[in-house]
Amino acid sequence: MLDITDRNLLNAISDISYIPPQSAYNIRKNGAGIERRNTEKVQIVTKTDKPGIDIRVQPGTTGETVYIPVIITDTGVNDKVYNDFYIGDGADVTIVAGCGIHNSGCHESRHDGIHRFFIGKNAHVKYVEKHYGEGEGTGARVLNPTTEVFIGENALCEMETVQIRGVDSTERVTNAQLDAGAKFIVTERLMTHGDQHARSDMKVELNGAGSNAQIISRSVAKDRSQQVFYPNAVGNAPCHAHVQCDSIIMDEAKIRSIPAIEANDTDAQVIHEAAIGRINNDQLLKLMTFGMTAEEAEEVIIEGFLK
Amino acid sequence: MLELKNVSFRVDDGGGKVEILDDVSFTVENGRFLVITGPNGGGKSTLARLIMGIEQPTAGQIIYNGVDITSLSITERARLGIGYAFQHPPRFKGLTVRRLLSLAHGSELPEDECCSYLTRVGLCSMDYLNREVDGSLSGGEVKRIEIATLMARKLGLAIYDEPEAGIDLWSFSMLVQSFKMLTKDADESVVIISHQERIMQLADEIIVIADGKIRSRGPKDEILPTLLGEFDRKCDLRGEKEAADHA
Repeated sequence: MLDITDRNLLNAISDISYIPPQSAYNIRKNGAGIERRNTEKVQIVTKTDKPGIDIRVQPGTTGETVYIPVIITDTGVNDKVYNDFYIGDGADVTIVAGCGIHNSGCHESRHDGIHRFFIGKNAHVKYVEKHYGEGEGTGARVLNPTTEVFIGENALCEMETVQIRGVDSTERVTNAQLDAGAKFIVTERLMTHGDQHARSDMKVELNGAGSNAQIISRSVAKDRSQQVFYPNAVGNAPCHAHVQCDSIIMDEAKIRSIPAIEANDTDAQVIHEAAIGRINNDQLLKLMTFGMTAEEAEEVIIEGFLK
Repeated sequence: MLELKNVSFRVDDGGGKVEILDDVSFTVENGRFLVITGPNGGGKSTLARLIMGIEQPTAGQIIYNGVDITSLSITERARLGIGYAFQHPPRFKGLTVRRLLSLAHGSELPEDECCSYLTRVGLCSMDYLNREVDGSLSGGEVKRIEIATLMARKLGLAIYDEPEAGIDLWSFSMLVQSFKMLTKDADESVVIISHQERIMQLADEIIVIADGKIRSRGPKDEILPTLLGEFDRKCDLRGEKEAADHA
Protein backbone atom coordinates (compact mmCIF):
# COMPACT_ATOMS: atom_id res chain seq x y z
CA MET A 1 0.00 0.00 0.00
CA LEU A 2 1.39 3.40 -0.96
CA ASP A 3 1.49 6.12 1.68
CA ILE A 4 1.80 9.88 1.23
CA THR A 5 5.64 9.86 1.13
CA ASP A 6 5.53 7.13 -1.54
CA ARG A 7 3.08 9.12 -3.63
CA ASN A 8 5.11 12.32 -3.29
CA LEU A 9 8.23 10.47 -4.45
CA LEU A 10 6.36 8.87 -7.35
CA ASN A 11 5.02 12.25 -8.29
CA ALA A 12 8.50 13.79 -8.22
CA ILE A 13 10.00 11.14 -10.48
CA SER A 14 7.10 10.29 -12.78
CA ASP A 15 4.98 13.44 -12.73
CA ILE A 16 2.07 11.24 -11.72
CA SER A 17 0.59 10.41 -8.37
CA TYR A 18 -1.17 7.37 -9.80
CA ILE A 19 -0.57 5.06 -12.72
CA PRO A 20 -3.20 5.31 -15.49
CA PRO A 21 -5.53 2.29 -15.25
CA GLN A 22 -4.73 0.85 -18.68
CA SER A 23 -0.94 0.89 -18.27
CA ALA A 24 1.52 -1.81 -17.34
CA TYR A 25 3.63 -0.99 -14.31
CA ASN A 26 5.95 -2.30 -11.64
CA ILE A 27 6.63 -0.34 -8.46
CA ARG A 28 9.69 -1.31 -6.46
CA LYS A 29 10.01 -0.08 -2.87
CA ASN A 30 12.95 -0.58 -0.50
CA GLY A 31 14.41 -3.39 -2.56
CA ALA A 32 11.27 -5.40 -3.38
CA GLY A 33 8.50 -5.26 -5.97
CA ILE A 34 5.26 -4.18 -4.30
CA GLU A 35 2.75 -3.65 -7.10
CA ARG A 36 2.55 -4.77 -10.71
CA ARG A 37 0.16 -4.85 -13.63
CA ASN A 38 0.61 -6.54 -17.01
CA THR A 39 -1.31 -5.77 -20.14
CA GLU A 40 -2.08 -7.94 -23.13
CA LYS A 41 1.01 -6.72 -24.95
CA VAL A 42 3.36 -5.79 -22.13
CA GLN A 43 4.47 -8.54 -19.77
CA ILE A 44 6.59 -7.89 -16.70
CA VAL A 45 8.22 -10.99 -15.20
CA THR A 46 10.40 -11.28 -12.09
CA LYS A 47 13.90 -12.58 -12.77
CA THR A 48 14.76 -15.88 -11.16
CA ASP A 49 18.56 -15.66 -11.12
CA LYS A 50 19.02 -12.15 -9.68
CA PRO A 51 16.94 -9.23 -8.43
CA GLY A 52 15.03 -7.45 -11.18
CA ILE A 53 12.48 -7.84 -13.91
CA ASP A 54 12.17 -8.61 -17.60
CA ILE A 55 9.86 -6.28 -19.49
CA ARG A 56 8.68 -7.78 -22.75
CA VAL A 57 6.84 -5.62 -25.28
CA GLN A 58 5.25 -7.59 -28.12
CA PRO A 59 6.12 -6.66 -31.71
CA GLY A 60 3.81 -4.05 -33.19
CA THR A 61 2.58 -2.73 -29.83
CA THR A 62 1.75 0.95 -30.18
CA GLY A 63 0.80 3.77 -27.87
CA GLU A 64 1.50 2.03 -24.55
CA THR A 65 3.32 3.61 -21.63
CA VAL A 66 5.09 1.38 -19.10
CA TYR A 67 5.90 2.70 -15.63
CA ILE A 68 8.72 1.17 -13.59
CA PRO A 69 9.44 3.56 -10.72
CA VAL A 70 11.65 2.75 -7.75
CA ILE A 71 11.25 4.39 -4.37
CA ILE A 72 13.36 4.10 -1.27
CA THR A 73 11.95 5.38 2.00
CA ASP A 74 13.96 3.37 4.56
CA THR A 75 17.39 4.57 5.56
CA GLY A 76 20.35 2.27 4.93
CA VAL A 77 18.85 0.44 1.92
CA ASN A 78 21.38 -0.80 -0.65
CA ASP A 79 19.36 -1.90 -3.63
CA LYS A 80 20.82 -3.30 -6.83
CA VAL A 81 18.40 -4.28 -9.55
CA TYR A 82 18.70 -5.68 -13.09
CA ASN A 83 15.97 -4.71 -15.51
CA ASP A 84 15.95 -5.99 -19.08
CA PHE A 85 13.65 -4.52 -21.72
CA TYR A 86 12.85 -6.56 -24.81
CA ILE A 87 11.09 -4.32 -27.34
CA GLY A 88 9.55 -6.23 -30.25
CA ASP A 89 10.01 -5.19 -33.88
CA GLY A 90 7.89 -2.21 -34.90
CA ALA A 91 6.67 -1.46 -31.38
CA ASP A 92 6.19 2.15 -30.32
CA VAL A 93 6.24 2.58 -26.54
CA THR A 94 7.14 5.03 -23.79
CA ILE A 95 8.90 3.82 -20.66
CA VAL A 96 8.79 6.00 -17.57
CA ALA A 97 11.43 5.04 -15.05
CA GLY A 98 13.08 6.82 -12.18
CA CYS A 99 14.16 6.57 -8.61
CA GLY A 100 13.11 8.67 -5.67
CA ILE A 101 14.88 8.41 -2.34
CA HIS A 102 13.48 9.78 0.89
CA ASN A 103 16.20 9.36 3.47
CA SER A 104 15.35 10.67 6.90
CA GLY A 105 17.93 8.53 8.66
CA CYS A 106 21.69 8.64 9.07
CA HIS A 107 22.65 5.69 6.85
CA GLU A 108 23.36 5.79 3.14
CA SER A 109 20.45 4.82 0.88
CA ARG A 110 21.52 3.59 -2.48
CA HIS A 111 19.96 2.31 -5.66
CA ASP A 112 21.98 0.90 -8.55
CA GLY A 113 19.72 0.22 -11.52
CA ILE A 114 21.25 -1.82 -14.31
CA HIS A 115 19.06 -1.49 -17.35
CA ARG A 116 19.49 -3.24 -20.68
CA PHE A 117 17.40 -2.44 -23.73
CA PHE A 118 17.10 -4.77 -26.70
CA ILE A 119 15.21 -2.72 -29.26
CA GLY A 120 13.86 -4.55 -32.31
CA LYS A 121 13.91 -3.38 -35.91
CA ASN A 122 11.82 -0.32 -36.75
CA ALA A 123 10.76 0.08 -33.15
CA HIS A 124 10.49 3.43 -31.36
CA VAL A 125 11.23 3.68 -27.66
CA LYS A 126 11.00 6.80 -25.60
CA TYR A 127 12.66 6.30 -22.22
CA VAL A 128 12.24 8.96 -19.54
CA GLU A 129 14.12 8.67 -16.27
CA LYS A 130 14.08 11.07 -13.37
CA HIS A 131 16.18 10.91 -10.23
CA TYR A 132 15.19 12.73 -7.11
CA GLY A 133 16.26 12.79 -3.48
CA GLU A 134 14.72 14.27 -0.35
CA GLY A 135 14.61 13.82 3.41
CA GLU A 136 16.06 15.63 6.36
CA GLY A 137 18.40 12.82 7.47
CA THR A 138 22.19 12.97 7.25
CA GLY A 139 22.39 9.68 5.34
CA ALA A 140 23.61 10.08 1.77
CA ARG A 141 21.32 9.45 -1.20
CA VAL A 142 23.25 7.60 -3.88
CA LEU A 143 22.10 6.58 -7.37
CA ASN A 144 24.36 4.76 -9.82
CA PRO A 145 22.49 3.84 -12.99
CA THR A 146 24.02 1.72 -15.72
CA THR A 147 22.21 1.59 -19.04
CA GLU A 148 23.02 -0.56 -22.04
CA VAL A 149 21.12 -0.04 -25.24
CA PHE A 150 21.12 -2.21 -28.37
CA ILE A 151 19.22 -0.46 -31.14
CA GLY A 152 18.12 -2.58 -34.07
CA GLU A 153 17.90 -1.61 -37.74
CA ASN A 154 16.00 1.61 -38.39
CA ALA A 155 14.84 1.76 -34.79
CA LEU A 156 14.73 4.97 -32.79
CA CYS A 157 15.57 5.32 -29.12
CA GLU A 158 14.99 8.62 -27.37
CA MET A 159 16.38 8.74 -23.88
CA GLU A 160 15.83 11.60 -21.46
CA THR A 161 17.46 11.51 -18.07
CA VAL A 162 16.92 14.18 -15.46
CA GLN A 163 18.49 14.65 -12.06
CA ILE A 164 17.56 18.01 -10.63
CA ARG A 165 17.59 17.76 -6.84
CA GLY A 166 18.69 15.93 -3.78
CA VAL A 167 20.99 13.17 -5.03
CA ASP A 168 24.30 13.32 -3.16
CA SER A 169 26.34 11.12 -5.42
CA THR A 170 25.73 9.63 -8.81
CA GLU A 171 27.83 7.71 -11.27
CA ARG A 172 26.04 7.10 -14.51
CA VAL A 173 27.28 4.74 -17.20
CA THR A 174 25.52 4.60 -20.56
CA ASN A 175 26.57 2.38 -23.47
CA ALA A 176 24.75 2.18 -26.77
CA GLN A 177 25.24 0.16 -29.96
CA LEU A 178 23.48 1.18 -33.15
CA ASP A 179 22.67 -1.02 -36.15
CA ALA A 180 22.13 0.27 -39.69
CA GLY A 181 19.71 3.19 -39.90
CA ALA A 182 19.23 3.27 -36.14
CA LYS A 183 18.91 6.56 -34.31
CA PHE A 184 19.75 7.38 -30.72
CA ILE A 185 18.86 10.72 -29.17
CA VAL A 186 20.00 11.06 -25.60
CA THR A 187 19.39 14.15 -23.51
CA GLU A 188 20.93 14.33 -20.09
CA ARG A 189 19.99 17.11 -17.71
CA LEU A 190 21.67 17.50 -14.39
CA MET A 191 21.81 19.98 -11.57
CA THR A 192 24.04 19.52 -8.57
CA HIS A 193 24.20 21.60 -5.42
CA GLY A 194 25.72 21.50 -1.94
CA ASP A 195 28.64 19.05 -1.89
CA GLN A 196 27.18 16.67 -4.47
CA HIS A 197 29.22 14.70 -6.95
CA ALA A 198 28.05 13.51 -10.35
CA ARG A 199 29.87 11.63 -13.05
CA SER A 200 28.53 10.52 -16.39
CA ASP A 201 30.38 8.17 -18.73
CA MET A 202 28.79 7.49 -22.07
CA LYS A 203 29.91 5.46 -25.03
CA VAL A 204 27.86 5.38 -28.20
CA GLU A 205 29.05 3.05 -30.95
CA LEU A 206 27.57 3.60 -34.40
CA ASN A 207 28.09 0.25 -36.07
CA GLY A 208 25.60 0.33 -38.95
CA ALA A 209 25.51 2.41 -42.13
CA GLY A 210 23.22 5.43 -41.83
CA SER A 211 23.07 5.31 -38.05
CA ASN A 212 22.69 8.59 -36.24
CA ALA A 213 23.34 9.72 -32.67
CA GLN A 214 22.71 12.97 -30.87
CA ILE A 215 24.12 13.28 -27.39
CA ILE A 216 22.98 16.40 -25.58
CA SER A 217 24.11 17.16 -22.08
CA ARG A 218 23.04 20.23 -20.15
CA SER A 219 24.11 20.75 -16.59
CA VAL A 220 24.24 23.31 -13.84
CA ALA A 221 26.69 23.03 -10.95
CA LYS A 222 26.00 25.16 -7.87
CA ASP A 223 27.64 25.65 -4.47
CA ARG A 224 30.64 23.33 -4.04
CA SER A 225 29.33 20.51 -6.22
CA GLN A 226 31.42 18.71 -8.81
CA GLN A 227 30.55 17.20 -12.17
CA VAL A 228 32.51 15.13 -14.67
CA PHE A 229 31.29 14.25 -18.17
CA TYR A 230 32.90 11.77 -20.44
CA PRO A 231 30.81 11.28 -23.58
CA ASN A 232 32.42 9.21 -26.32
CA ALA A 233 30.98 8.75 -29.82
CA VAL A 234 32.54 6.09 -32.03
CA GLY A 235 31.74 5.99 -35.74
CA ASN A 236 32.41 2.49 -37.10
CA ALA A 237 30.39 2.96 -40.32
CA PRO A 238 29.07 5.75 -42.54
CA CYS A 239 27.13 7.61 -39.83
CA HIS A 240 26.46 10.93 -38.13
CA ALA A 241 27.08 11.66 -34.47
CA HIS A 242 26.84 14.95 -32.66
CA VAL A 243 27.90 15.44 -29.04
CA GLN A 244 26.92 18.70 -27.35
CA CYS A 245 27.81 19.41 -23.73
CA ASP A 246 26.78 22.74 -22.19
CA SER A 247 27.34 23.55 -18.55
CA ILE A 248 26.61 26.52 -16.36
CA ILE A 249 29.02 26.87 -13.47
CA MET A 250 28.19 28.83 -10.32
CA ASP A 251 29.58 29.60 -6.87
CA GLU A 252 32.56 27.35 -6.04
CA ALA A 253 31.51 24.43 -8.23
CA LYS A 254 33.82 22.47 -10.50
CA ILE A 255 33.01 20.90 -13.87
CA ARG A 256 35.12 18.75 -16.13
CA SER A 257 33.88 17.90 -19.58
CA ILE A 258 35.96 15.51 -21.65
CA PRO A 259 34.14 14.71 -24.87
CA ALA A 260 35.83 12.13 -27.08
CA ILE A 261 35.07 11.34 -30.69
CA GLU A 262 36.40 8.52 -32.76
CA ALA A 263 35.98 7.58 -36.43
CA ASN A 264 36.89 4.20 -37.89
CA ASP A 265 35.26 4.78 -41.28
CA THR A 266 36.04 7.51 -43.82
CA ASP A 267 32.33 8.29 -44.12
CA ALA A 268 31.78 8.68 -40.41
CA GLN A 269 30.95 12.26 -39.42
CA VAL A 270 31.46 12.77 -35.73
CA ILE A 271 31.24 16.21 -34.16
CA HIS A 272 31.51 17.48 -30.64
CA GLU A 273 30.87 20.82 -29.02
CA ALA A 274 31.50 21.54 -25.36
CA ALA A 275 31.16 24.71 -23.34
CA ILE A 276 31.35 25.60 -19.67
CA GLY A 277 30.64 29.10 -18.46
CA ARG A 278 28.85 31.25 -15.96
CA ILE A 279 25.38 32.67 -16.68
CA ASN A 280 25.63 35.28 -19.40
CA ASN A 281 25.44 38.74 -17.84
CA ASP A 282 23.28 40.17 -20.64
CA GLN A 283 20.72 37.42 -20.04
CA LEU A 284 20.49 38.46 -16.39
CA LEU A 285 20.27 42.15 -17.31
CA LYS A 286 17.58 41.48 -19.90
CA LEU A 287 15.34 39.63 -17.45
CA MET A 288 15.97 42.28 -14.79
CA THR A 289 14.63 44.89 -17.23
CA PHE A 290 11.39 42.86 -17.05
CA GLY A 291 11.28 43.64 -13.31
CA MET A 292 12.85 40.43 -12.00
CA THR A 293 15.46 40.40 -9.26
CA ALA A 294 18.86 38.95 -10.13
CA GLU A 295 17.94 35.77 -8.21
CA GLU A 296 14.61 35.39 -10.04
CA ALA A 297 16.36 35.95 -13.37
CA GLU A 298 18.95 33.30 -12.52
CA GLU A 299 16.20 30.79 -11.70
CA VAL A 300 14.40 31.45 -15.00
CA ILE A 301 17.63 31.03 -16.98
CA ILE A 302 18.52 27.75 -15.25
CA GLU A 303 14.98 26.42 -15.55
CA GLY A 304 14.98 27.14 -19.29
CA PHE A 305 18.47 25.75 -19.76
CA LEU A 306 17.56 22.46 -18.09
CA LYS A 307 14.15 22.14 -19.73
CA MET B 1 8.03 62.47 -17.23
CA LEU B 2 11.72 61.69 -17.53
CA GLU B 3 14.25 64.29 -16.58
CA LEU B 4 18.04 64.09 -16.89
CA LYS B 5 19.91 66.73 -14.90
CA ASN B 6 23.58 67.32 -15.67
CA VAL B 7 24.28 63.64 -16.25
CA SER B 8 27.91 62.66 -16.86
CA PHE B 9 29.54 59.30 -17.31
CA ARG B 10 33.29 58.80 -17.18
CA VAL B 11 35.28 55.61 -17.46
CA ASP B 12 38.89 54.89 -16.69
CA ASP B 13 40.46 53.32 -19.77
CA GLY B 14 43.80 52.76 -18.08
CA GLY B 15 45.40 55.82 -19.62
CA GLY B 16 43.17 58.27 -17.74
CA LYS B 17 39.52 59.22 -17.44
CA VAL B 18 37.47 59.29 -20.62
CA GLU B 19 34.28 61.31 -20.77
CA ILE B 20 31.57 59.25 -22.48
CA LEU B 21 28.78 61.68 -21.56
CA ASP B 22 29.38 65.21 -20.38
CA ASP B 23 26.73 67.22 -18.54
CA VAL B 24 23.69 66.01 -20.47
CA SER B 25 20.29 67.45 -19.49
CA PHE B 26 16.92 67.01 -21.15
CA THR B 27 13.28 66.23 -20.42
CA VAL B 28 10.81 63.83 -22.03
CA GLU B 29 7.20 64.71 -21.24
CA ASN B 30 4.62 61.93 -20.85
CA GLY B 31 3.41 60.52 -24.13
CA ARG B 32 6.17 62.19 -26.13
CA PHE B 33 8.28 60.49 -28.79
CA LEU B 34 11.97 61.38 -28.67
CA VAL B 35 14.58 60.22 -31.17
CA ILE B 36 18.23 60.39 -30.16
CA THR B 37 20.64 60.34 -33.05
CA GLY B 38 24.25 61.17 -33.77
CA PRO B 39 27.51 59.61 -34.90
CA ASN B 40 28.64 56.16 -33.69
CA GLY B 41 30.54 56.24 -30.43
CA GLY B 42 28.92 59.52 -29.41
CA GLY B 43 27.40 58.14 -26.19
CA LYS B 44 23.82 57.34 -27.27
CA SER B 45 23.71 53.73 -26.06
CA THR B 46 25.40 54.72 -22.81
CA LEU B 47 22.66 57.26 -22.29
CA ALA B 48 19.99 54.57 -22.75
CA ARG B 49 21.82 52.23 -20.34
CA LEU B 50 22.05 55.01 -17.75
CA ILE B 51 18.29 55.59 -17.93
CA MET B 52 17.60 51.87 -17.50
CA GLY B 53 20.09 51.61 -14.62
CA ILE B 54 22.50 49.21 -16.34
CA GLU B 55 25.20 51.83 -15.80
CA GLN B 56 25.38 54.40 -13.02
CA PRO B 57 26.17 58.03 -13.89
CA THR B 58 29.35 59.48 -12.36
CA ALA B 59 27.52 62.77 -11.88
CA GLY B 60 24.01 64.15 -12.22
CA GLN B 61 20.49 62.98 -11.51
CA ILE B 62 17.79 61.03 -13.32
CA ILE B 63 14.23 61.82 -12.27
CA TYR B 64 11.27 59.72 -13.41
CA ASN B 65 7.72 60.89 -12.62
CA GLY B 66 9.03 63.03 -9.79
CA VAL B 67 11.11 60.23 -8.22
CA ASP B 68 14.91 60.41 -8.14
CA ILE B 69 15.81 57.04 -9.65
CA THR B 70 19.56 57.71 -9.95
CA SER B 71 20.46 55.12 -7.32
CA LEU B 72 17.65 52.63 -8.08
CA SER B 73 18.47 49.19 -9.50
CA ILE B 74 17.42 47.94 -12.94
CA THR B 75 14.70 45.83 -11.29
CA GLU B 76 13.29 48.80 -9.38
CA ARG B 77 13.27 50.99 -12.48
CA ALA B 78 11.59 48.22 -14.51
CA ARG B 79 8.89 47.97 -11.85
CA LEU B 80 8.30 51.72 -12.16
CA GLY B 81 7.47 51.12 -15.83
CA ILE B 82 10.76 51.66 -17.67
CA GLY B 83 11.67 49.21 -20.44
CA TYR B 84 14.75 48.85 -22.62
CA ALA B 85 15.23 46.99 -25.90
CA PHE B 86 18.90 46.02 -26.23
CA GLN B 87 20.92 46.91 -29.29
CA HIS B 88 22.42 43.40 -29.16
CA PRO B 89 19.82 41.24 -27.40
CA PRO B 90 21.03 38.09 -25.63
CA ARG B 91 19.82 34.63 -26.68
CA PHE B 92 18.37 32.13 -24.22
CA LYS B 93 18.82 28.38 -24.56
CA GLY B 94 15.59 26.62 -23.63
CA LEU B 95 13.34 29.70 -23.46
CA THR B 96 10.67 29.82 -26.13
CA VAL B 97 9.50 33.03 -27.75
CA ARG B 98 6.15 32.62 -26.03
CA ARG B 99 7.76 32.17 -22.61
CA LEU B 100 9.99 35.21 -23.12
CA LEU B 101 7.02 37.37 -24.11
CA SER B 102 5.09 36.08 -21.09
CA LEU B 103 8.03 36.85 -18.79
CA ALA B 104 8.14 40.37 -20.23
CA HIS B 105 4.39 40.75 -19.74
CA GLY B 106 4.62 39.49 -16.15
CA SER B 107 2.08 36.68 -16.57
CA GLU B 108 1.26 33.92 -19.05
CA LEU B 109 0.17 35.54 -22.31
CA PRO B 110 -2.65 34.03 -24.36
CA GLU B 111 -1.55 32.72 -27.75
CA ASP B 112 -3.47 35.30 -29.76
CA GLU B 113 -1.90 38.17 -27.81
CA CYS B 114 1.61 36.75 -28.36
CA CYS B 115 0.81 36.45 -32.05
CA SER B 116 -0.33 40.05 -32.32
CA TYR B 117 2.96 41.33 -30.83
CA LEU B 118 4.97 39.15 -33.21
CA THR B 119 2.94 40.28 -36.19
CA ARG B 120 3.60 43.90 -35.23
CA VAL B 121 7.35 43.29 -35.58
CA GLY B 122 6.91 41.49 -38.88
CA LEU B 123 7.24 37.87 -37.73
CA CYS B 124 4.82 35.20 -38.87
CA SER B 125 3.69 34.37 -35.37
CA MET B 126 2.72 30.69 -35.58
CA ASP B 127 6.19 29.79 -36.84
CA TYR B 128 7.87 31.43 -33.89
CA LEU B 129 5.76 30.94 -30.75
CA ASN B 130 7.36 27.68 -29.68
CA ARG B 131 10.81 28.27 -31.05
CA GLU B 132 13.64 28.77 -28.63
CA VAL B 133 15.32 32.17 -28.53
CA ASP B 134 18.69 30.52 -29.15
CA GLY B 135 21.37 30.36 -31.82
CA SER B 136 18.90 28.92 -34.34
CA LEU B 137 17.36 32.38 -34.84
CA SER B 138 19.01 34.97 -37.05
CA GLY B 139 20.20 38.32 -35.69
CA GLY B 140 17.25 40.11 -37.27
CA GLU B 141 14.77 37.64 -35.79
CA VAL B 142 16.21 38.01 -32.28
CA LYS B 143 16.11 41.77 -32.69
CA ARG B 144 12.45 41.76 -33.66
CA ILE B 145 11.56 39.46 -30.76
CA GLU B 146 13.40 41.90 -28.49
CA ILE B 147 11.18 44.73 -29.72
CA ALA B 148 8.09 42.55 -29.21
CA THR B 149 9.07 41.99 -25.54
CA LEU B 150 8.76 45.74 -24.96
CA MET B 151 5.42 45.86 -26.72
CA ALA B 152 4.21 43.04 -24.43
CA ARG B 153 4.82 45.20 -21.37
CA LYS B 154 2.74 48.02 -19.96
CA LEU B 155 5.31 50.78 -19.84
CA GLY B 156 5.50 54.42 -18.95
CA LEU B 157 8.81 54.81 -20.76
CA ALA B 158 10.08 52.55 -23.53
CA ILE B 159 13.69 52.88 -24.74
CA TYR B 160 14.71 51.23 -28.02
CA ASP B 161 18.41 51.08 -28.92
CA GLU B 162 18.75 51.08 -32.71
CA PRO B 163 15.68 48.92 -33.33
CA GLU B 164 16.30 49.01 -37.09
CA ALA B 165 19.74 47.34 -36.90
CA GLY B 166 19.78 43.99 -38.68
CA ILE B 167 16.20 44.25 -39.88
CA ASP B 168 15.45 43.82 -43.56
CA LEU B 169 13.69 46.52 -45.57
CA TRP B 170 10.35 44.70 -45.74
CA SER B 171 10.10 44.17 -42.01
CA PHE B 172 11.35 47.68 -41.42
CA SER B 173 8.18 49.18 -42.95
CA MET B 174 6.13 47.04 -40.57
CA LEU B 175 8.26 48.23 -37.68
CA VAL B 176 7.80 51.87 -38.61
CA GLN B 177 4.03 51.27 -38.63
CA SER B 178 4.27 49.72 -35.16
CA PHE B 179 6.24 52.65 -33.82
CA LYS B 180 3.67 54.95 -35.38
CA MET B 181 1.04 53.20 -33.26
CA LEU B 182 3.17 53.87 -30.18
CA THR B 183 3.05 57.58 -30.93
CA LYS B 184 -0.72 57.42 -30.50
CA ASP B 185 -0.38 56.12 -26.94
CA ALA B 186 -0.79 59.25 -24.86
CA ASP B 187 0.66 57.64 -21.71
CA GLU B 188 3.76 55.85 -22.95
CA SER B 189 6.83 57.96 -23.61
CA VAL B 190 9.16 56.55 -26.22
CA VAL B 191 12.89 57.14 -26.58
CA ILE B 192 14.42 55.64 -29.71
CA ILE B 193 18.07 55.70 -30.63
CA SER B 194 18.10 55.62 -34.40
CA HIS B 195 19.84 56.69 -37.55
CA GLN B 196 16.81 56.12 -39.76
CA GLU B 197 15.06 59.10 -41.30
CA ARG B 198 11.73 57.23 -41.35
CA ILE B 199 11.91 56.73 -37.60
CA MET B 200 13.01 60.33 -37.05
CA GLN B 201 9.93 61.38 -39.03
CA LEU B 202 7.79 59.94 -36.21
CA ALA B 203 9.49 62.00 -33.50
CA ASP B 204 8.04 64.90 -31.59
CA GLU B 205 11.58 65.91 -30.73
CA ILE B 206 15.09 65.00 -31.88
CA ILE B 207 18.29 65.22 -29.85
CA VAL B 208 21.65 64.97 -31.61
CA ILE B 209 24.47 63.62 -29.44
CA ALA B 210 28.10 63.78 -30.51
CA ASP B 211 31.28 63.42 -28.43
CA GLY B 212 29.24 62.93 -25.26
CA LYS B 213 27.42 66.22 -25.54
CA ILE B 214 24.05 67.37 -26.84
CA ARG B 215 24.94 69.09 -30.08
CA SER B 216 21.44 70.15 -31.02
CA ARG B 217 17.88 69.52 -29.96
CA GLY B 218 14.45 70.66 -30.93
CA PRO B 219 11.19 69.72 -32.67
CA LYS B 220 11.54 67.27 -35.54
CA ASP B 221 10.58 69.87 -38.14
CA GLU B 222 13.46 72.03 -36.99
CA ILE B 223 16.21 69.44 -36.51
CA LEU B 224 15.55 66.90 -39.26
CA PRO B 225 16.08 69.30 -42.22
CA THR B 226 19.40 70.44 -40.73
CA LEU B 227 20.50 66.82 -40.27
CA LEU B 228 19.56 65.91 -43.81
CA GLY B 229 21.16 69.09 -45.11
CA GLU B 230 24.37 68.29 -43.27
CA PHE B 231 24.31 64.77 -44.61
CA ASP B 232 23.77 66.05 -48.14
CA ARG B 233 26.65 68.47 -47.80
CA LYS B 234 29.00 65.86 -46.34
CA CYS B 235 28.17 63.27 -48.94
CA ASP B 236 27.61 65.82 -51.68
CA LEU B 237 24.57 63.91 -52.92
CA ARG B 238 23.47 66.71 -55.21
CA GLY B 239 26.95 67.24 -56.60
CA GLU B 240 26.90 70.90 -55.53
CA LYS B 241 30.34 70.76 -53.95
CA GLU B 242 31.80 69.14 -57.02
CA ALA B 243 30.18 71.81 -59.26
CA ALA B 244 31.56 74.60 -57.04
CA ASP B 245 35.03 73.06 -57.19
CA HIS B 246 34.90 73.08 -60.95
CA ALA B 247 33.65 76.66 -61.13
